[in-house]
Amino acid sequence: MGFVFYVIVALTLAGALAAVLLKNTVHCALALTVAFAGLALQFLELDAQFAGFAQILVYVGAVAILVVFAILLTRGSETPKDGVFSRTWLAGLAIAAAVFAVLGWAVLGSAQALPGPGGARTAPPTVTVLQIGNALMSRYVLPLEIVALLLTAALIGAVMVAMHEKAGTQ
Amino acid sequence: MTPLTAYLLVAALLFAIGLAGALTRRNAILVLIGIEMMLNAANLNLIAFWRYGPHPEALTGMMFAIFSIAVAAAEAAVGLGLVISIHRHAHTTDVDLMNRMKG
Repeated sequence: MGFVFYVIVALTLAGALAAVLLKNTVHCALALTVAFAGLALQFLELDAQFAGFAQILVYVGAVAILVVFAILLTRGSETPKDGVFSRTWLAGLAIAAAVFAVLGWAVLGSAQALPGPGGARTAPPTVTVLQIGNALMSRYVLPLEIVALLLTAALIGAVMVAMHEKAGTQ
Repeated sequence: MTPLTAYLLVAALLFAIGLAGALTRRNAILVLIGIEMMLNAANLNLIAFWRYGPHPEALTGMMFAIFSIAVAAAEAAVGLGLVISIHRHAHTTDVDLMNRMKG
């Protein structure tokens, strides 16, 4: 648990908090990008290079741009008059705090049973992209095909849902 | 505190922040942002368990995280498409005002 870990965690949590709390929706999207980049750095620190760069490509590259486009298309950057938080925000906050309390209690209570080093840091696993590709093409080929089908369906579905209806009924 | 415990606590905190965002914000896009954050917290758990688990060479947690990233991308695309469609029909993205399914 070095200095780098705390810096990355602080960056991630600050980005996440800003994404939830800021008033301007575009600022929220930018803070979300910071949180995603911090998570990618955590993946890299956990020696999961492939997942880290996939996170950067998919989240920082694609999802953040998609969110900004949606905000601008729905004119969501204007701050509403009656506040950005829902009427039942207190109940939502209480539920989130209760969930965190239960999760933290479970994690801290099961610290002895968790796998991993007690004191000494284990050697990082050496995983090459070749191994990941071999696994994707052999053991995980069925999930890979299902994900391909899902992405195609999501692509067509998103276009169909968001398409103008002028050509059809009206 | 072992590194795994620290990562699990960070993921729990991130999940709670995302849940709070999804439950308290009015804008539907920010509700989706909260859901994405919760999915990312789960991914951090998967990667941390893969890294500190007994068999990292089996790649199970890493593969789970990669597939989870792909599914989350599909979910974000469809969700934002729905928000744009609802905005075109109802001229609002406020989830407090979206209380009927009739067009």
